[in-house]
Formats: sequence, C-alpha cells, structure tokens
Amino acid sequence: MVSVEGIDRMISEHPFFSGMEPGYQAMIAGCASNQSFEAGQYLIREGDNADHFYLIRHGAVAIEVHTQGQTSVTLETLHEGDVLGWSWLVPPYHWLFDARAIQLTRVIAIDAACLREKAEADHSLGYELYSRIMPVMSERLSAARLRLLDLYGSPRKGQ
Amino acid sequence: MGKTSGGRAILPAQSLQTLIDVVHSQGYRLIGPTLEDNAIVYDDLENVENLPLGISDRQSPGNYRLEDDPSAGYFAHVVGPHSWKRFLFPAAQKLWSATRVDQGFSIQTPEDETKLAFIGVRACEIKALQMQDRVFSQGPFTDNGYGEKRQNCLIIAVNCSRAADTCFCSSMDAGPRVTEGFDLALTELQQGRHDFLIETGSANGEALLKELVTRKAEDQDFAEADAQLAATEASIQRRMPSNIPEVLERHLQDEHWQTIESRCLNCSNCTLVCPTCFCSTVEDTTDLTGQHAERWRYWDSCFNTDFSYIHGGSIRQSGAARYRQWITHKLSYWHKQFGTSGCTGCGRCITWCPVGIDITEEAATFCEIDKRS
Amino acid sequence: MKTSQDPMTPNLFQVQRIRRELADTFTLELTAESNNEFPFLPGQFNMIYLFGSGEVPISISGDPAQPNRLIHTIRAVGSVTEGLKSCKSGDMLGIRGPFGSAWPVEQATGQDIVIITGGIGLAPLRPAIYHLLANRQRYGKIVILYGARTPADILFRKELERWRSRFDISVEVTVDQAVSNWSGRVGVVPKLINRADFAPEETTALICGPEIMMRFSVKALQERGVKEDHIYVSMERNMKCAIGFCGHCQLGSQFVCKDGPVFPYSQISSAFRIREL
Repeated sequence: MVSVEGIDRMISEHPFFSGMEPGYQAMIAGCASNQSFEAGQYLIREGDNADHFYLIRHGAVAIEVHTQGQTSVTLETLHEGDVLGWSWLVPPYHWLFDARAIQLTRVIAIDAACLREKAEADHSLGYELYSRIMPVMSERLSAARLRLLDLYGSPRKGQ
Repeated sequence: MGKTSGGRAILPAQSLQTLIDVVHSQGYRLIGPTLEDNAIVYDDLENVENLPLGISDRQSPGNYRLEDDPSAGYFAHVVGPHSWKRFLFPAAQKLWSATRVDQGFSIQTPEDETKLAFIGVRACEIKALQMQDRVFSQGPFTDNGYGEKRQNCLIIAVNCSRAADTCFCSSMDAGPRVTEGFDLALTELQQGRHDFLIETGSANGEALLKELVTRKAEDQDFAEADAQLAATEASIQRRMPSNIPEVLERHLQDEHWQTIESRCLNCSNCTLVCPTCFCSTVEDTTDLTGQHAERWRYWDSCFNTDFSYIHGGSIRQSGAARYRQWITHKLSYWHKQFGTSGCTGCGRCITWCPVGIDITEEAATFCEIDKRS
Repeated sequence: MKTSQDPMTPNLFQVQRIRRELADTFTLELTAESNNEFPFLPGQFNMIYLFGSGEVPISISGDPAQPNRLIHTIRAVGSVTEGLKSCKSGDMLGIRGPFGSAWPVEQATGQDIVIITGGIGLAPLRPAIYHLLANRQRYGKIVILYGARTPADILFRKELERWRSRFDISVEVTVDQAVSNWSGRVGVVPKLINRADFAPEETTALICGPEIMMRFSVKALQERGVKEDHIYVSMERNMKCAIGFCGHCQLGSQFVCKDGPVFPYSQISSAFRIREL
C-alpha cells in the first residue's frame, strides 16, 4: 500500500485527471488505491458489480467478450494513460465485458461507490467527472464505428 | 501559325474549287462542313459541291434544325454536332497492338502519316484546338498521335457571318473574329456579289495563296468584312459571366446542383459535342487465340458512373456530382490546370442537350446565388 | 514502327519472383527486358499491363536505392490484379512509369517523421521508410503507426518486427479484430496518434490508407498541432492513362496521376470536406 500523498501525485499525473482542481483530486484520492495485475489476470468480469474503475499507469489491458466455440474476442486494448470502465456510472452498475491484463499492468483503482457518493453530494465534482468521461466514451464510440466499416476488408465484399 | 501576316486577297466564290484542289495537290486530306443526316458535320471534302451551300441552321437549347436559304453562302451555318477534335483525338483510336512471342510479347505502334487540312474552322474552334494543344502536347507528356497530326495540320478558318442563338464566344474571348492560329482565314462576302476575302496567317498560308488566282483586296472589301463581323458579334445574345470560375468554386455544395440533377439525363451529349472535352478510357482486348492483343482509346465522359470507379465503388454516385464535375472542370478548374477556361462559347452543349440545359443560364444562376450569399 | 517513346506504350519487364504476402496480397519482383535500371522516387507508381487483360496503377514498394529490381506489392481486388496474382517467374509484363509525385523525404530533413498507414497502404510508404532508415541521421524521431484488419492481415510483418526491434524508430501496430492470443493492440490508427512520441510543430506526417482512416488521422494530427502543410496524404482515384490525358483521376483542380498521388493535405483538403468531388 502506498501513502495517500503518493496516490495524490499519481492522480494528478494521470491524463484522465490532469488539470483538475487539487481539491477534487484530493477527494478522488480518498477513494483510490494502487493495484497491479499480472499478465492474464482479470481486472473486470462481465456481469460483476462495477465497484471500481481503473486508471492505467503502465501495461496493457484487453477488453474482451467471450463467444461460444472460440477463445475470447478482443474488442479493444487499453494502454498507459487510458481509463478503464464506465459501467460504474450507469445503473445498475454491472460490467458488460471482461478486462484482462495482457502484460504486467499497474493501475490506480478507484472505489466506485465511494466516488458516486461524493459526486452525489457535490454535483460540481459530478460534472467534472462526467465531462472527463464523456470524451472517452465518445472517442471509443467513434473508434468502434470506424471499425464497423471494416476499412481494410475486401472491397468486393457485400457487392 | 500566327496572326494575320499581311497577305490579303479576294477569291471569287466560283473559284473556291481551286483552293480545294490546291490543298489536295499538296497531299492533304481535306475535311470540312458537309450535309449529312439533317446536320452539318465535318467530313472529307472532294469538291466544292460537298459544302452546304444555301443551307442555314437554327439552334436553341435542345434544338437544331437546318433550313434552305437561297441567300446563304457556303459557310452561313454555325457550328454543328461535330468538332475538329474527332480528327486529332479520334473517338476510337488504336494505341498499339501486341503479339505474343515465346514467354513475352512485342508491341507495335500504328503509324499514320496522313496530313490533315481543315476548312471552315471558326474562331471558337481555333480556340478549342489551342485548348486541346495544352492538354495533349504542352504538358510534361506529349500524346504522340495528337502532337504530330496537329503540327502538320492546315487550318483554313472562316469568320462567322452570323451567330446562332446558342453562341456566346464573345464573352469567352474566343470569337467571332478569327485572330490567330490559322493558315488562311476566309470571310464570305455576299453584298451584291459572292467572294471570299482571304487573309494569310502563316508562311504555309502565304504559299497557298500564291497558288490561287485572286484579285487585290480593296478598302471596301475590308469594310464589308468588318461590318459583317460587327453585326455577328452584336447579334450574340448569351454571355458567360467573367467571375464564374470563382463563383462555382464557392458553391460546390449548393442545393442548386440537385435542381440541375433533376433535369440532367446524364446522357453525356454535352461532353461528346464539346470541342475541348478530352476525357477518355482505354480498353485492352485479345483475339480468340490469345496471341494478339490491342489497346484502344475511346472518348469517355464524366457523366458516366463508371468514370470515377475505384475498387469498392464510384466516387461520383449522384448526377448532381457528375454535372458539377463537368461544369466546374470546364469553367473553374481548367484555369488552374491549363491557364485558360475550358469553354469557347461555341454553344454546342446547349444545342445538343436533349433537355436544353444551358451552361450560361446555370452559370447565371450560380452568380445570383453568389450575390445572395 | 515508331521507336520514339510514347507515354502510352509500355516497356517490357520480366517477372523474377512472386512472393505471397497475405491471402490476397503478393509482391512481384521485376527486371527490365532492356536490363536498364529503373530509378524512382518513394511514393511513385507504375501502370502494370497484363497481356490482353488490362492495365492497373500500382505504387512501387521496393527500395529506391536498388533501382535494378522493380518491386510491386499488389492486392488482388479486380480482374487484372487477380491475373497478376497467377504470374510465374519468366512471365513478361508491360510497365509504364514511374509516374506521380513523391513523399517529401528531402523537404522533411531535420524533422520528426510520423508514418500513418493501414492495410495495403504500407506498400507505397515502404520505399520512403527504406529511404528514412538509410539516412537515419538526417531525421529526428521516426514513428510508424500501422493498422490492419486482423493479425493475419499485417503486411510486411517480419519487416515491421525488424524495424520495431531497432532503438531509433518506434513502430506501433494495431488491428481492428483479434482473438485473445494476440498480445498487441486492438483499436484504430488515429488513436495511436494521440499518444505517439513526436514534436508536433516539427513533424512531417506521411499518410496512406483508406480515405476515412486518412480523414480521421489528419484530424488527430491537427489536434496535436501538426501543421496542415506538413501533412502529406497519398490519394487514390481511377487512373487510366497516368499522364493527365484521360481525366478520370481528377480531384478538384488536381490530377491525382500527375499532381499526386502524394499531396500536401492543404492542397486537397476540399476532397475530405466535399462529397463526391
């Protein structure tokens, strides 16, 4: 376990919270802990309660979905500087996909219930959080849409 | 070939055959206006009877009719569906053929040493030839076939004695007076007589003139020629706005393109009759034995959907985009590509559009749109 | 028979080797029947003629420092390219070229270079990469960002791995789809741009890939502050003649065949803004 001061610094250095008012960063640090996952270890399992979300400091995480008859399909990989998970903001707060470390991965884990409570009590904090998570969602949605186009696929397919 | 180089003379109309004979005797294939299928087209001329004496034309958007007119001379008509590009840049042209040899093949390029002479070339058509010169022989690459034929081509121009309803050469700085790019220029004079005022524009033209029996041109001949050209110019009704290159580029996404699309049949007539349109496609073929292959070049048109095809689909799917490509290329982008407009104001695209879309009217509409924006 | 070189008449080249790259992609190694060298600039293309079948524009994918072998990497997407796929060594092909503009490898001296590409788009950039690596000391950071459909569709995989193992060049590969045995990235190329290590104000970016991917990549580069006239894209349009005669490849006032295929983005940005141009 690292000290609260250490977490504070990591939060302020992570791109997801960069530029956030120090007061809010301190509030978030109160809900945060430092964790690491070995390659192959799951951070998130589909269907589980979304009780944490993660800021990746080092390493890489695959967001996966298990399909019958084959190994899991990787939907996207997340890397240093990325944020993992937003189901903690969406009732009923259950994970929709798996997330698995594909190498040794160090993260800041944030207690979702703790932060939801603080955001509920201070809507300005809530607004700050949402305005940071929205661009992430938007970027991932755009990326998903781009891949839906199958840009590098055979041009004759479907004609 | 340059500007009028001084030689001037009067050739009586009944001696026109001697001009034709002299051209033939110098080994040229002579091509000029002649009547065919109720239109005046360009084809081989054997003698003066092939010329459309006594025939005039009436043109308007989507309309072309010939009429007998006893007072009409040899060149009383205005431009028809043909332009000279069909001889220098043929609608179908074999570029080369190839024959299999062992594991490989050898390529043979056809040769054509025919010297062409054109008679009845209008000012706007000289402009059109010069525009195609810039495309085919003045860029980094030269089209061998075009370049050689064009270089050896004899141009006998004609000053227009009247304008069609669809003409707008004067606003394109392309007519009606022939000023350059000819060997001989004729003005048909018919006030109480039937003569040709001949002016020379090149050493070739000078030499040709010397072969003819002519009389000296007098002041009154020039006065009649000038008056006739002034009257022709004054009768031109249509015009192209001078700011159209920029205007079109400012309104590439205007809704008016859809309005044009609703009328345009995408038939490509405008591009085929246009004397400057140069787009083509190539086709590679083999015979049944697979031993002999040919490459042919054919006129193509930006109105064809396949024109912009790349694997996966065509870039210009809509008729609106295809009309926009044609008119912006012609009136805007041509300036950037070749330093001039791609339009001579000949009016063929107006006459031969089956639904009568008028390039000058559409240009005027975009200028209105531009003023409002 | 005319002997003067007509730009529409091909020169004969012999297939020396054909190498399968991917399920639908292969590389031809050719030499001129005349044994002449074939100098070209990175980014230029040739028209390849298959006897009796037709002609296709294909960019050169070989090393500009080795002009004795002409290398083309081709994806079989139509009848001519399918035909080329069944070529054997010893077969003769017709070649016209090289045509078109080049990647600005000289102007970019002293700059950081970001190469952004996807799918077969890596092929036209490979000559530029060879040039950059051969003159490594003349450039700042070199970053290659490459996207493919699946791990099995990664073109020049061995070379990418070799480049990746160098310490003086950074290579990131991402795929659109993968199963869990792939330990690399899954995601789109533009996302790689946000995190790549280069100095935006002193960067030249070279992009080649599907037009949508290029559009989003330009946006990501602009968001990082790369100057518009330092972004170069290679455009694809229908090309029949390659010399500005046939009109098919026009893009606004540009002929992609002779003014491009490589353009500074500032010169053709309207193509990304205006549909069906």
